[in-house]
Amino acid sequence: MRPYLLTAPALALFAAIVLIPLGMTFVLSFNDFSTVKGIQPVFILKNWHELFTDEYFREMFGRTLRISVLVTIICAAIGAPEAYILNRMSPRWRGIFLFVILGPLLISVVARTLGWALLFGGETGVVNKALMKLGVIDSALPFMFTETGVVVALAHVLVPFMVLSVWAALQRLDPQIENAATSLGASHLTVLTRVVMPQVMPGILSGAIVVFALAASAFATPAIIGGRRLKVAATLAYDEFLNTLNWPLGAAVAVLLLVALGTIILVSNRLVERKYAAVFE
Amino acid sequence: MSFLVLDKLTKRFGEHLAVDALSLSVEKGEFVALLGPSGCGKTTTLQMIAGFVEATSGAVTLEGRDLLAVGPAQRGLGIVFQSYALFPHLTARENVAFGLEMQRVARSEREKRVAEALALVGLEKFADRHPRRMSGGQQQRVALARALVIKPRILLLDEPLSNLDAKLREEMQIELRQIQRTVGTTTILVTHDQAEAMALADRVVVMNAGRAEQIARPHEAYENPASPFVASFLGKTNTMQVDGKTVTVRPEKVRFVGLGLRLRGDDALSGKVVSRIFQGNHWLYRVETPAGVVTVIRQNDGQPGPEEGDEVGLAW
Repeated sequence: MRPYLLTAPALALFAAIVLIPLGMTFVLSFNDFSTVKGIQPVFILKNWHELFTDEYFREMFGRTLRISVLVTIICAAIGAPEAYILNRMSPRWRGIFLFVILGPLLISVVARTLGWALLFGGETGVVNKALMKLGVIDSALPFMFTETGVVVALAHVLVPFMVLSVWAALQRLDPQIENAATSLGASHLTVLTRVVMPQVMPGILSGAIVVFALAASAFATPAIIGGRRLKVAATLAYDEFLNTLNWPLGAAVAVLLLVALGTIILVSNRLVERKYAAVFE
Repeated sequence: MSFLVLDKLTKRFGEHLAVDALSLSVEKGEFVALLGPSGCGKTTTLQMIAGFVEATSGAVTLEGRDLLAVGPAQRGLGIVFQSYALFPHLTARENVAFGLEMQRVARSEREKRVAEALALVGLEKFADRHPRRMSGGQQQRVALARALVIKPRILLLDEPLSNLDAKLREEMQIELRQIQRTVGTTTILVTHDQAEAMALADRVVVMNAGRAEQIARPHEAYENPASPFVASFLGKTNTMQVDGKTVTVRPEKVRFVGLGLRLRGDDALSGKVVSRIFQGNHWLYRVETPAGVVTVIRQNDGQPGPEEGDEVGLAW
């Protein structure tokens, strides 16, 4: 009993700052709201009904899913080879490039996203201006308020998480294993696909889970690039809370996002663990 | 011409000369051990033969053909790595089959040869296990089967037993020697363990600072070491100044003799027992003499030997 008692302070803190607000948000999503009377503390399913029937919300959540999946795929495609190359570098260069990869994490997401806006933001964006001057393009590349823009900016922000995850998996690789495969007659490509890839797959998948979760719940990047014209679930909840002041609906959006994300992560994590249980323990 | 010939093989890493003009001829079916302390260039030599490290100069020919011109994937050598480097995502059977798949051996023959290789190392029952679920000794056998199944022209063993505990290592030494005799594959072993090298190899190459100090049969190198380094590396040795001459003699060659004998010449000394340690099958003595402290190994023949503090005569 004593050891459990010792966890009480931490447990109390966790309950106070996570569980109670979460519970209150959950309860709030069943309340009613009208512009005249404000929040009504009653139990109705209006918000949830709206969420599941209104085409508008389906579009928002569909876009969130689409963006997150694309960002995850792009991060895996860029991050995994990046980690492999990083792992093969001499220690000195590896240190430098690890810093280059992780350095951006030290800069605020807002600043990094605004950088993209400065480069591609309409007619005044630096890259757009330069390309137009050079005559490569006639009009500014559409970037702001587009899904492409949000995907590119999010992938940029999240790729370090994929690199770290794959790199951790690569470090568990036996340094002689590629030589072993080569000595048995395997070509470079075969070594990569038959020996290296299967072993770093858990790293790629767990990196993908992290990236997917962060992309689906990202707020700053979609808020800046997508703005209010191109909303995702997180910016939608924010708008309902702070602009429409419809807290119950905002709460329903937030809870749905949380539940959907939680389910996806739990299920995929379970699948990954089961698939690789025999090999990696 | 010999089966495998290393001709003035040299590897330089920047300023550091890792392997210095090493020449060696290996006959078909022979078991040769490259023996030396860490950093002596033995592993670099092996990696040059395997093709993982490029030689700075010199040549390696296998059956008269230049081996260095061939890529590591085409050399057809079987290698057992110190860490075994098994594929953890494949079962023992799949690990062994990998090399045959690369050679595009037909399925039926592949299955037959994999089963034979697993039987050779006594692992038929563990064919469907993953490496992580196997003991160190079993992993070692999988690595050996994986290297042998491709019928390699040479088998290269890189410290294959160093990750096993002492008892298992001894068992594996006997088994390894037996397997090598059975399949008759020319084998090159890299090790820092002189007992292992002497137990397994037909010939040992004692290496120091990138150079081969002696290439000889184990018994020959032990009895007639070509240099003080070889003498000290292959077991214990006493180096003494007797009558102005340097004498080296193995501890087990020194006998206790009665003090009454005339102790003169360069093959006898008198001294006092400083310490004596019982090690089961032998006693380890340290005897203080005018020529320095002499280590003596006396077989435990059941008779009580001199005790600490006794005045003794030594002869060899």
